Amino acid sequence: MDKVMSNKWVIALYVLPSLLIIMGIIYIPIVLTGYYGLMEWDGVSAMTFIGLENYTTLFNDSAFWSSVSHSFLFAVLSTVSLGVYLLVALVLSGNIKGANLLRKIYLIPMLLSSVAIAQLWLKIYHPTNGILNSALESLGIQDPPAWLAEPSLVLYALFVPILWQFAGFYILIYYAALKNIPTTLIEAARIDGATPWQIAFKIKLPLIAEVFKVTIVLAVVGSLKYFDLIYVMTDGGPNGASEVMASYMYHKAFRGFDFGYGSAIGFFLLIICLVATWIIRRMTASKDNIQYS
Amino acid sequence: MIRKALTTFTLLAVLLVSLAACSSGGNNGSSSPADNSGSGSGGSADAEKVTIKMMHLWPDGSNSSQNKLVKQIIMEYEEANPGVTIKTEVLENEQYKNKLKVLSASNSLPDVGFTWAAGFLEPYVKGNLFAPLDDLLEGDLNGQFVAGTTEAYAIDGKTYALPVELNIVPVFYNKAIFEKHNLEAPKTYEEFEHVVKTLRENGVTPVALGAKDAWTGSFWYMYLADRLGGPDLLDESIANQTFQDPKLIEAAKLAQELVDMDAFVKGFNGLSNEEAKSEFMNEQAAMYAMGTWEVPNYTTAEDVDQAFKDKIGFFKFPVMEGGEGSLNNWVGGPGVGLFVAENSPVKEQAKDFVSFFVQKWGEKSVTEAGIFPATKVDTSAIDLPPMFIDLLNELNNADKVTLYVDVQMKPVASEEHHNQIQALFGKAVTPEEFAKKHEEVLKAGK
Repeated sequence: MDKVMSNKWVIALYVLPSLLIIMGIIYIPIVLTGYYGLMEWDGVSAMTFIGLENYTTLFNDSAFWSSVSHSFLFAVLSTVSLGVYLLVALVLSGNIKGANLLRKIYLIPMLLSSVAIAQLWLKIYHPTNGILNSALESLGIQDPPAWLAEPSLVLYALFVPILWQFAGFYILIYYAALKNIPTTLIEAARIDGATPWQIAFKIKLPLIAEVFKVTIVLAVVGSLKYFDLIYVMTDGGPNGASEVMASYMYHKAFRGFDFGYGSAIGFFLLIICLVATWIIRRMTASKDNIQYS
Repeated sequence: MIRKALTTFTLLAVLLVSLAACSSGGNNGSSSPADNSGSGSGGSADAEKVTIKMMHLWPDGSNSSQNKLVKQIIMEYEEANPGVTIKTEVLENEQYKNKLKVLSASNSLPDVGFTWAAGFLEPYVKGNLFAPLDDLLEGDLNGQFVAGTTEAYAIDGKTYALPVELNIVPVFYNKAIFEKHNLEAPKTYEEFEHVVKTLRENGVTPVALGAKDAWTGSFWYMYLADRLGGPDLLDESIANQTFQDPKLIEAAKLAQELVDMDAFVKGFNGLSNEEAKSEFMNEQAAMYAMGTWEVPNYTTAEDVDQAFKDKIGFFKFPVMEGGEGSLNNWVGGPGVGLFVAENSPVKEQAKDFVSFFVQKWGEKSVTEAGIFPATKVDTSAIDLPPMFIDLLNELNNADKVTLYVDVQMKPVASEEHHNQIQALFGKAVTPEEFAKKHEEVLKAGK
């Protein structure tokens, strides 16, 4: 067994297929995207090399920067909502009645496709016939807003379904992590007279800190490249009020036939995600790993 | 034991990988000669097997009548030309556009497919991907098209696609709602404003508009610009890459005045065209400016209630006092057109099919699918609901059909036009800013 597995050729043989696939569908396209970003290219006819012109345009493109700010708003909101998910997971893991059922209920939105969720929420937000505005009107509110048509509201209106969509995912991660904490620790604490709050904040949370860090990265990077729900619900509108980086890239490349510029945006998006990940890792890096056992 | 199993597995894996490599090599080997034979025989013999690949954008679910008609024409063609097989691939509009772009990047377009006019077409022509079809226009199809329709597909004097649809944009209205409030179809802009005000005062939504799909708002702006500034204002502005004509700014002001009058359905900037359309179909809005492709819904469509169909009429966008545009100017244009791929191995056969398709389509599309073809229709010879006849006659009497500006503009400018339309109707920009942004993007020439 050891003999076969330590043979370098065998190792290479096993690694090779996935290496090729990853190279072929991830790394090579990334390099190509960077390359296309240096071109003036409409996606159809021949490319011409224009150096960094796409990037200088990008840095002066106010529409792009507003899409960046929208993406970062989503990232911040998602990170904040992680706290809420964590609270729910704490309650669920505390052996309350019906925890199992509740966990499944939270998970259901995750099983729906984004397009289905988008369609559902489009109906909810419909300015005259939607249940949200019908409910508001029946509560006596005159002229409730048209949620997806108001530039100042549309981002927050879009964030609600996103929050709803990913709740189950993060709650599940936290739940699993919390369930992984040895019961002996919690019992010991209880015997020593710790209150439930103390158990939660002094024992459980420090023990799942690593998981929490991972979810922050997931939430931030996921928000920065978020696309599908926005594409279906508002298509970046009205007038770019809900444009995020990924949808802006799509519009420039596929609607505006400007694949060079689109590639530049895509490449820049990648860099932003990498930098964000790196910063988060740095900020949350702890010197020592907490372990109680 | 385990070691043995592992070695066997490893060996097996090696075998599988090499097998896969072989088989893919085999595929390449067998497919290329087939292609070659196809290109060799393309023009000459029908007896040999020729396969024409075609892509269209009418799925059975959403556009069943077009879908059926395409199938029918293909069947007839295959019968008339034994040995020719036509393989179709169907995608919904937006996906169709994306796939076309992806395929063109890898130079593997279908032999025959649909394209849009002017701005959409240009990159493909520049990239040498579409074949010129002038020989068909001078041959079999000479004089068959409504005047001025194929020009939208011409670049540098060559025509690269043949239109199968021609639509204009009337304002459809609900006669029952109008009668209830003692209103008549407006002939002048003042009357139109009166209609809007009266309807609003009585709690009826005057106009259904789904400006999330910004091209629908563009119709309104185009009409305002035409009625104010005359038939050539928009065309010339775009051709000369300028947008500073005071009439264009004035038209933008009028558009915002309509918004201030609450002419459009609530939240229109967040509604898609489909959602707006359902407001009109459910009689929650009184007017709807939309292309003549909607006419089947008001005449022949089986799933629409007859009582509703009887209530729907249309009027021409009203004229303005002191404006230069006449009542018989229309916003509209050819829809999609058929192209033949330049590097198609079966180019001649594909052209022959396109010619056949256009003719058959012209004969049948109005009666069988309710589509206005770009080829001439003899209205006296066919039996159709009056709305069709009226609109076909309007088409024949039109002084001018201004091609949709988002089609006229190049892709980047077209995108910006869409954004600016939403901004204008959402009152996020002033009319002056609206014009300035257009000027900038037109000047950029992308």
